[in-house]
Amino acid sequence: MSDDELIWRIAGGSGDGIDSTSQNFAKALMRSGLDVFTHRHYPSRIRGGHTYVEIRAAGHEVQSRGDGYNFLLALGDSFARNPQEESVYGNEELKPLSENLDELREGGVIVYDEGLLSEEDVAELDLEERAEENDWHVYPLDLREIAKEHGREVMRNTAGVGVTAALLEMDLEHIEDLMEDAMPEKILEPNLEILHETYEMVRDEYEFTHDLRIPEGEHDEEQALLSGSNAIAYGAIDAGCRFIAGYPMTPWTDVFTILSQNFPDMGGISEQVEDEIAAAALALGASHAGAKAMSGSSGGGFALMSEPLGLAEMTETPVVLVESMRAGPSTGMPTKPEQGDLEFVLYTSQGDSSRVVFAPGDIEEAYEQTRLAFHIAYEYQLPAIVIYDQKLSGENKNVPVSFFDREPEPTLGSTLTEEELAEAAHDASGKFLRFQHDPDNDAGVSPRSLPGQEGGRYLATGNEHTPAGHIEEDPTNRVIQMERRMEKLTHIREELDEEHPSNQTYYGDEEADYGIITWGSSHGAVAEAVERLNEDGHSVKGVTVSDMMPFPEKEMTEFLESVDEAMVVEMNATAQFRGLIQKELGRYGDKMTSLLKYNGNPFEPAEVVEGYEVNVAETDEEPSAQVRIEPAAGD
Amino acid sequence: MSAFNAIGAEREIDRDEFTPGLEPQPTWCPGCGDFGVLKALKQALPEVGKNPDEVLTVTGIGCSGKLNSYLDTYGFHTIHGRSLPVARAAKLANPDLEVIAAGGDGDGYGIGGNHFIHTARENHDMTYIVFNNEVFGLTKGQTSPTSPKGHKSNTQPSGSAKSPLRPLSMSLNAGATYIARTAAVNPNQAKEIIKEAIEHDGFAHIDFLTQCPTWNKDARQYVPYVDVQESDDYDFDVTDRREAAEMMFETEDALHEGTVLTGRYYVDEESPSYQEEKLANGELPETPLAERYFDDDYEWERSYDLLERHT
Repeated sequence: MSDDELIWRIAGGSGDGIDSTSQNFAKALMRSGLDVFTHRHYPSRIRGGHTYVEIRAAGHEVQSRGDGYNFLLALGDSFARNPQEESVYGNEELKPLSENLDELREGGVIVYDEGLLSEEDVAELDLEERAEENDWHVYPLDLREIAKEHGREVMRNTAGVGVTAALLEMDLEHIEDLMEDAMPEKILEPNLEILHETYEMVRDEYEFTHDLRIPEGEHDEEQALLSGSNAIAYGAIDAGCRFIAGYPMTPWTDVFTILSQNFPDMGGISEQVEDEIAAAALALGASHAGAKAMSGSSGGGFALMSEPLGLAEMTETPVVLVESMRAGPSTGMPTKPEQGDLEFVLYTSQGDSSRVVFAPGDIEEAYEQTRLAFHIAYEYQLPAIVIYDQKLSGENKNVPVSFFDREPEPTLGSTLTEEELAEAAHDASGKFLRFQHDPDNDAGVSPRSLPGQEGGRYLATGNEHTPAGHIEEDPTNRVIQMERRMEKLTHIREELDEEHPSNQTYYGDEEADYGIITWGSSHGAVAEAVERLNEDGHSVKGVTVSDMMPFPEKEMTEFLESVDEAMVVEMNATAQFRGLIQKELGRYGDKMTSLLKYNGNPFEPAEVVEGYEVNVAETDEEPSAQVRIEPAAGD
Repeated sequence: MSAFNAIGAEREIDRDEFTPGLEPQPTWCPGCGDFGVLKALKQALPEVGKNPDEVLTVTGIGCSGKLNSYLDTYGFHTIHGRSLPVARAAKLANPDLEVIAAGGDGDGYGIGGNHFIHTARENHDMTYIVFNNEVFGLTKGQTSPTSPKGHKSNTQPSGSAKSPLRPLSMSLNAGATYIARTAAVNPNQAKEIIKEAIEHDGFAHIDFLTQCPTWNKDARQYVPYVDVQESDDYDFDVTDRREAAEMMFETEDALHEGTVLTGRYYVDEESPSYQEEKLANGELPETPLAERYFDDDYEWERSYDLLERHT
């Protein structure tokens, strides 16, 4: 646990502006030269209900939310005041303070709004006693009153930011700039007044008892703060995707919204349709007619996409689908992350899967692998899926602006021009042999034509078909077509091994005999845990796997051969990824234990460290955190 | 040069061009009404000046789904009930294509009912032909959404307790701007209606009565039909929603009472199509999206251009 970091948590009610305030504050921290990482916790409600955003900022790289936090700004829940006292939701005003205390670190700072949280309420929490025990430094202020004096009650957020800046001895410059950019003049002025008044007041009137100050840091190039959803949307844009169809569902809606807002200006098309079956079918139709197209959803919506997904495989229609996992089964927990849809995404739809599945581990990978998904889908004519989760979807992190400075790739891949079609093979009736096995292309790819092109007529059908696309059940033809479709995966694996081995991320002590394996958004916490373990004198190495299908057999065999024991870390209850490794490699079941978490919150690095300690020490003790150890096969 | 030269190419189109020279031959039963749709389409397409390479036919599953196996155009034989979402996206990606979707009564009014309602509502510029034989054919005779009440089948042995769906009224309420019913037993009317539907700028829905000689021998569609446009008894204004609605009700009742009325029921040439609406509000590019991928000079916007708001 590093001392030179700030983990600021702003807590309030859903709808209190927690998100926008934290977004601006995170940016201000980034502009002051710090690396930032945000984590968002919110209920599946529109207004009211305890919500918080955590911003971790440090002068060094941060790739997870960290363990606990050290600054709480508890604003109270302004929507919790329910006129009917005995209603189900009751009085939740206190939650932003009461719910967050367990994770506050020793020596931490608490600022709460006296205006909303009365003294009697706070007294119930034994705050004084606990503060003494934990060396917390508590600053009660009437933020509500200050906000009301200068503007409106909702501006409590700004008052809180002013107090934060003062207590951290942080310059207001970046905060002011961002407020000027974000706010219309009418509300800018009162907000600036509130910011300054609270800042001055705290500096002048309070004696600081806490040690926490804003960390020092400097960036050597310009940074951008963006979310996983932004990164996926931008990866799609740079891949030349200009068609999206979708149906709203948390957390996938973010990607859908970002592209819908940008596409009109860049000549793209966005369609919100009647259901997810339609959404995926539209993406297929657009792709068939010559657009780079995508769709996506979260678990429940992705279930509906099962039919069009199989159709894309059989008709060899390129398409990219993204799946943002949330806790299941069924509606599950709409605003909580889980990595529980892996098996579902790998095998959804009838028949043998011929699809590509990437699981980005962080924001940079989300961008790169979305781009790569389009590249592979259009080169090899199959569906490519990017699977991620609510955590990656909503978290923000700073990335150098130059990272995105890449040429767009608006190519339709293995698609012929009319000149090429004129030279291509046709059957006696004049139909283009769209699904002809090409002896010169051992990857199994047979280039396609687009409707409207002269001389390219063929039938795309979800039935098994001949090279021209006619329905055909002849066994010989079936085997040829089946093998051609499956062959693509072998060649995609070869291409990935040669050109994108970086999809798997390795870290820690290369010589170590103990390995930690993870996938997707658990990456940050695991990478940080491995770093910490090595700093503490253990010898551990880690790998975050991104290629789910086709599976990186060679790389994973090498990794597992190089260790005596491994722990697979993932956010689900049935060890789905460990199961995939065993299935794909056909062994190592006795070498791998699992560390599983499925309570709706992502891993913290300390939990991974603890899991390692319990495993290695082989005590009978269960880890104290809300995680579970699943023993190796045979144990 | 355009990437899609077949579109709008002006040349004399021969009817035979839409007939594949080789296998497969239709696997429909002798006497099947589906032959009537195929024939009418093959006649109509050259007459409206379409050439096979600019036409995309999108079908679902069932006997009707095989239409584009026997019609020599670009084709997408999709899955049960899903022809419309595939078809309308193809049209959005390349509005110059002539898109014709087709399906059966189970496919279009049953499993695909939701897509039907929304495609009609959005008034996509395309033609949708529903082969209505009041029965599931390819799965061997089960009751369909248009089967009359009391219809007995292997899955409803005591006779269906459900009233049949009213496809014309449903279409009108959903928002289709061209609605007609025709029948395989009336090839001349069928051809004319298909021609009109193709030329209509908006969602054109044709409820095409196709007799099933194998599974639905009792269907009333075998009785002589009356063309409502040619009969003085049924004088109404096809551009008037209320009059059209009334006629549809009469027609839909009459069908099950033994009289088959066919013809145009509703024509709205005024309402803009979805493509026009989207173009007007800036959500559809001026040149087809599909074309742009072949344009080497096109300036593609990058995500880099959007980063300012994140710094």
